[in-house]
Order: sequence, then C-alpha cells, then structure tokens
Amino acid sequence: MTTRRDQYTAYIVLGLFSFLAVYPVIGIVLLAFHDKGDNVTGFALPTTFSFATFEKAWVGGNFASGLWSSFVVAMSVTVASVVLSIGTGYAFGTMRFPGASLIFGVILLGLIFPYEATVIPLYYTFQQFNLLNTYWALILPQIGLSIAFGTFWMRAFFRSTPRSLIEAARVDGASSWTILVRVLLPQAKPAVLTLSALIFMYTWNEFLLALVMIQDPSLTTAPLGLSFFATATRAGDPTAVAAAAVIVALPVVIVYVFLQRHFIRGVTSGAVKE
Amino acid sequence: MSSSVTSETRRRRGIFGSRGGGRRRDRAPGEPRYVAFLFLLPALAFYLIFTMLPLLHTVWLSFFEWDGLSLGTWAGLDNYREILNDEDIRGAFIHSIELILYYSVIAVVVALLLIMVIQRAKVRGLTFFRTLIFLPQTIAVVVVAQAFVWIYAPKGPLNTLLEPFGLNRTWLGEFSTALPALGFVGSWMTFGLAFVLFLAGMQRIPQSLYDAARVDGATLWQEMRVVTIPQLRNELAVVITLTTITALRSFDLIYNTTSGGPGGETRVPSVLIVLNAFTYGKVGMASAIAVVLTIIIFAVAILITRIGDRSEHA
Repeated sequence: MTTRRDQYTAYIVLGLFSFLAVYPVIGIVLLAFHDKGDNVTGFALPTTFSFATFEKAWVGGNFASGLWSSFVVAMSVTVASVVLSIGTGYAFGTMRFPGASLIFGVILLGLIFPYEATVIPLYYTFQQFNLLNTYWALILPQIGLSIAFGTFWMRAFFRSTPRSLIEAARVDGASSWTILVRVLLPQAKPAVLTLSALIFMYTWNEFLLALVMIQDPSLTTAPLGLSFFATATRAGDPTAVAAAAVIVALPVVIVYVFLQRHFIRGVTSGAVKE
Repeated sequence: MSSSVTSETRRRRGIFGSRGGGRRRDRAPGEPRYVAFLFLLPALAFYLIFTMLPLLHTVWLSFFEWDGLSLGTWAGLDNYREILNDEDIRGAFIHSIELILYYSVIAVVVALLLIMVIQRAKVRGLTFFRTLIFLPQTIAVVVVAQAFVWIYAPKGPLNTLLEPFGLNRTWLGEFSTALPALGFVGSWMTFGLAFVLFLAGMQRIPQSLYDAARVDGATLWQEMRVVTIPQLRNELAVVITLTTITALRSFDLIYNTTSGGPGGETRVPSVLIVLNAFTYGKVGMASAIAVVLTIIIFAVAILITRIGDRSEHA
C-alpha cells in the first residue's frame, strides 16, 4: 500500500518539522559564538571561534553559583520525590485500604494543579519561618508538586509487577518492607530512572518559584539568573544572553540526549497508560 | 493477571479516567493493609502541606484586602467583583483563552496531520525525528524566551526572511502581533508533546483498521475521522488537557519576553497574580485571580475528560 511518493512526503515533512523544532536551539548556539557587533540572522556561521561570550555570560550572570544552586535543588527534589513516590506507588499499586480512591483522586489533582495559585501563601508562610532566600523554599514546595506525577507513575509500575511474586514472598513470611526493598525495587530501575529524569528536568527548568522565593544573588537558580542577566544585558549584547541561555539549557539537553528514551517513555506512558 | 491489567488500562481514559483502588472489580490487589498508610503518609504530608493547604490559604486570602505588610481587612467578594468589572483583568483572562488556540488547537491539529502522513508511509528512523521534535519540551522556558526574543527581533531571522516581501515588523512590540507571536512560541513548545503522544498511540492502532478503511475506498480525511481520531481519543484527551493548562498558565514565557506588554496586550492571569501580589501590594486581588484561574483550569480538565468519556460510549 505504501507508495514511494508517500514515503518521500513523509521524510520531507518530518524533516521540516524537525528543522523547525531545532532551529531556535541551533540558532541561539550560533548566536552565542558571534561577536556582539555582528547582526546575526538565520544560520550565519561565526567567522571566528571563541568562547569569549561564554566567559562574559559566565561571570556576568554568576552562573557558577546559579548552576550549583539549580543542581542542589534539582537533585534534592528528585531524590526526595522519587523515594516518597515509591512509597505511595507501592501502597496504591499493591495494597488495599480504606479511602484509597479518594486519596488517589486528591493526589491526581496535583497533575493539573496550577501552582501559580500557591506561590502567594507559600511566600508569606516561608517568610514567617524565616525560610525565604534558602534552598528549602525551593526544595520543599517542589517535592510537594512532584508527588502527583511520581505517585501516578510508580503506581503504574507496581501494578505491572507480577502478583505471584509478591504472594510467594508473603508466603515465605516477608514483610511488606522486605517485599518492596528485596523483591520489587530491584526490578524498578528503569521506572525509577524515567521518573528521576523527568522530575530533574522539571525542577531544573522551574522559574516562578525561584523568582518569588529568592532575592539573594548567591542563591539564584540558573533560569532565574538567566532571566536577570537577559533583562540587564539583552539590549547591549544579545550574544552574551545567547551564551547564558546555552549554559542554562545545556545540562538538561545533555541528560536528554543520553536518556531520550526515558523522557519520551515517561511522557507517553505516564500520560496515557492508565 | 496481566490481561486484566491491560483491559483495565484500555478502559481508563485520560487524567481523571483513572481511580485508585476500590471501584468495581479493579480493586488494588491484595488484602486490606493498614500498613499502606505508613507508605503513604510522608508523601501525602508533603503534598498536602505544600500544594493543597496553600491553595486553601489562597482562597482565604482572596476575601481580604491586604498589602502584605499591615493588617488585612475583610473584603468579602469585593476582589471577585473587581475581576468581573475590571477590563484589564478580564482582558488577561481573554488573552489566556486566545493562547489556547496556539498552544493546544494548532499544535494538536498539525501534529495529527503529521501523524497521518507518517502513517501512510513506512518511515524508518522515527526515533531520530522524534528525539529532535521533542527537544523543545526539555528546554527551560526562560531559555526558549531568549531564543524567540532574538528570532522576533527587529533585525532578527524572521524579519530577514520576510523583508523581501515587505512583511517585517516588530513582532513582540506591536499591539496586533505580540500575542499571536507568543502563541506560536507556545505551539512550538507543545507540538513535541502532542507529536510523541500521538505517535505512541498511532503505533498501537492495528494496521487492519486502515486496510479495511482503504478497501472501502476511504479518503485520507475519512481515514482520519473514522480510524485515527477515535483510536487516539485517549491521547487526544490528555494532550488537549495538558496543552490547554500550559496555555492558561504561560507565566515563564510572557514574563521573560514582553512582561505583559505592549500596552497590556499580552497580559495573562499568571502575570497579574505575580504583579499584584509582589509589586502592587494587592495580595487579596492576586489571590482572587489565582482562585479564578484554578477554577477555570480544573473545569477545563474535567470538561475534556467528560467529553472524552462520552465519545467513548457513543
């Protein structure tokens, strides 16, 4: 049924959309390698190759500190959320208890939850506890936000594990803790890796919470640092802003290149499987 | 066991389609175990303390007039009345609804068309294309904003392309173009999500359905209407829900490009929330906008799930 023409059309259209998806990214990388005097359009290749703009952005945007903050926050949120979600996923996926539907329903709300609606009280509550301008102000709320997807995802994993395995372990007298740690978790590596990759990405890219909670320049996350740097520098030196943008995006893009299957699997089966 | 899981999986739809244990025969397996609560409690505590509780707190704050410093005064529904009467605030909600056209409708329609083209041809190397097309989803919106500020700049790539035709303009600076220009950035961002979800769904559609349609002499459009769209109902519900919510929020992009300008043409509720709460000192007002936004988002999600469910039974 497939004709040659259909196939060529498909490749051309796919190529076109891939180009459209990648163009802004490649464009900003090329822009970053230009001199600030150059008027860069389209796919203009830089005439000289230097990292001068990156050095300027690195220092001007204080990105050594920004990347570190983002790393600390994203890692903490990822580890804590994954551990907590293993617990909830295990409970929802393998156990029966009163109120399960209700609790799960409430947690599912978190999937569509606009956290714009919570930053205001979070700000004032953290102020009361003197926790503004600390990593806690970024880590704690984002763990809360990650629970919904994490629970959803880990529950699907635990439901897919063979019942017989759990029953056999139970017959052998294993406690639910032993079953989780010894029997189920060893098989959970791919599921956990997928979940970790997604939570890490979301947390790394987060902007609003950092904008509200952090004023101290030594604690700004990389996206927040980029936003400040861009506002201050854009008019004078767009190439330095481009370099800064590349610096902020690069860690996640590297993770994506290596784990792209996990990212896509996480999004596709996470969203539709159930 | 595995077959019952898959059949259950097929029955369940979209974000709200899935429920915990306790319904009909699809109870979570195993004996009732109170130990479950030990595994739930820590996560539940985080979830409730840092999302649900603040949400209720926002609702409470929305009934006050408060500058964030001094003592607030009870305002009843005044803030909500102002939302209804204030043209700027209403305008912000309308802008965010306009953005749905770009973030959701355009992305979904184009992704479906692309899927159709691929379906007809046996394409190799899909993983490669998929990786590229999904890339925008992984990049921080703050970064995306910088890229498109450059693309839309007066002497940027887009204007260079359009100049020979005399179509160049200040995309993010003109009243009539700023919102659509940002809308297309939204399409660019959400397209990858729609594409990979539809692609995954398409690969599950049995080829026999298409063969049957073709034997019956179905046109491309009929194939889409009779086979592809009904078979992708699940994915459609999820994609439309997620992209619509992204459109209704869209804080990062707008704050980092136009901050609501020019002349308030790209102002959206999420930007108004932050401005009112942390710049204008109108915390109650900001909270009220946040509550209305939340209600709209929950309503949209429920509505789309309902429609998805109904079309399933039809």
